[in-house]
Amino acid sequence: MIYEGKKRIWSDYQKEIPDDHYFYVRSCIRQSFFPASEATFLDITRNKLNKDIFETEHHTTCGGIAYHSDTIPQETVMTIIARQFALMKKYGYENYVSSCITSFGLYCETLETWREFPELEAKIADNLKKTCNLEFAKPKFLVHASDLIYKYRDLIASQAKYKLINKYSGKPLRVIEHIGCHYSKMFPSKGVGGAEYPYVLVGMIEAWGGEIVDYPERRHCCGFGFRQYLIQSNRSYSLTNTYKKFESMKPFKPDMIITNCPGCPYFLDRWQYVIAETQGKTYGENGKGVPVFTYEEVAGLVMGYNPWDLGLQTHQVEVEPLLDKMGIPYDPKEKYLGKNGKDLGKPEIVECFNNR
Amino acid sequence: MIEFGFGISPSSRINLDDFDKEKWNKLVQIEPEILQCISCGSCCASCSGGVFQNVSLRSAILNIRNGKTDSAMELLKGCMLCGKCTMVCPRNINTRNLILSIYKTYSEK
Repeated sequence: MIYEGKKRIWSDYQKEIPDDHYFYVRSCIRQSFFPASEATFLDITRNKLNKDIFETEHHTTCGGIAYHSDTIPQETVMTIIARQFALMKKYGYENYVSSCITSFGLYCETLETWREFPELEAKIADNLKKTCNLEFAKPKFLVHASDLIYKYRDLIASQAKYKLINKYSGKPLRVIEHIGCHYSKMFPSKGVGGAEYPYVLVGMIEAWGGEIVDYPERRHCCGFGFRQYLIQSNRSYSLTNTYKKFESMKPFKPDMIITNCPGCPYFLDRWQYVIAETQGKTYGENGKGVPVFTYEEVAGLVMGYNPWDLGLQTHQVEVEPLLDKMGIPYDPKEKYLGKNGKDLGKPEIVECFNNR
Repeated sequence: MIEFGFGISPSSRINLDDFDKEKWNKLVQIEPEILQCISCGSCCASCSGGVFQNVSLRSAILNIRNGKTDSAMELLKGCMLCGKCTMVCPRNINTRNLILSIYKTYSEK
C-alpha cells in the first residue's frame, strides 16, 4: 500500500469545520424524542469547551417534515430556510450549525439548488424581502452538530470521566454507529468521510475508547423515511428496515448504538419493542434490547453527566446495563424524576420486552 | 400479542447462491426450449387460471433463475394444463410440456 497516496485520497473526503462562532438551530422532533440532547450539546460546547454558539428563539422549523411528506412546495421550504439564514446574518454570524440531519440535508439541497438556478435564488430573496423584510444571506460554512462534536472529540476525551470500555472485561465496548441518510448519502462532500466512509461517529467512538462493529447492513437506512412511517399502513416498510439491520448486527453482539440523526435513534430504539412484541426477539444481553443513543448523550455520559439529566429515562430500551458496563453511577429512584425533582410518572411498559 | 396494524414484511432478497445449477441443467436437457423464453408475458396474458389464481409461467421461470424454486412451484400450482399459452407463445415454446417438466424436476428432493 502506498501510504502517501491513500492519505491524499482520504483528504478528499474531509470537510472544513470552523472552530468557533456558530449560529445554532434546533430540531423539531429531537426536542420531544431526546429532550436533553440539544441542551447537552449547548452545555458542552459553551460551558465545558468555551465556544461561542448562539441561538435565537426566533428561528422556526426548516419545513423538512412537511417537504418530505409532500405537503408544502419546495419554494415555501426555501423561503423558510432563507429566513433562518437571514437571522444568522442579522445576529452577525457566518457559520451555521444544525441540530437535525433532515434540516442539514435540506439546507445542502437548497444551497445546491440556488447554486444551479440563480434565478430561483433571486426569487426566494424577493419572497423573503416581501414576507419578512429580511436581507437574504447564505452561510459561509454549513455544518451539522455532530461535525462539531467530531471536531471537539479529543477535547471531550481530555475531559472525560468515563471511557467506552467494559469495566468487567477491560475490553472496548462494541459500538454500532449509524449515520443518518440525509447526512452524507445525498451530498457526500458535505459529510466527514463522504457517503462511502462516514467517519463522523467512528472518530468519536475511537477517541472515547470504543470499538466499531462492522456488519453487513451497516449503511442500511434505519427505516424512518418519512412516508414510510407517517402513514400507518406504510409502517411495515419502516419496521422491516430496522428488523433487517438488527438481524444483521445480532451475531456481532453489540453493546450499544450511536446515531447522529433525529429519526434513527427513535426508530432503532422504539422498533426494538415492537419486534420483541411481535417476533419475540431481542438483540441485547439477557433478553434485553441494545441501548440506542444520540452522540450528545454519549458525549455527556463520557464527560460524567448524570444519566437522568441526559434524558435517558425517555428511551424505550433500558440503558442501565450499559451504564453498569461503563461504571457510571446512577440512582434508580431518580429515573422518573424530571427537573427540580418533579415526578414524571412511570411508563406502563418499562422494558424492551415486556413478558406478558 | 399487541396488534399494531402493521408488521414485518417478508424478505424479497434474491440470493443467487440458492440457484440450483444441477437441477437447472437437468431441466434444460429435458426442455431446451426454456432458453428461448423472452419473458414477454403472453403466456400470463392468455392464462385462464391466472384470472382466478396467482399463476404465471413467466414469473416462475424468473424465480427459478433467482433460486426461488418454492415460489416458482407455487406460481404453477393453479395451472389447469389447458394449453392456451402454448398456442400464443411467440417463441413456439411447448409451455404445457415445460410446466410439467418444471414440476417434475423441482418436485424431486
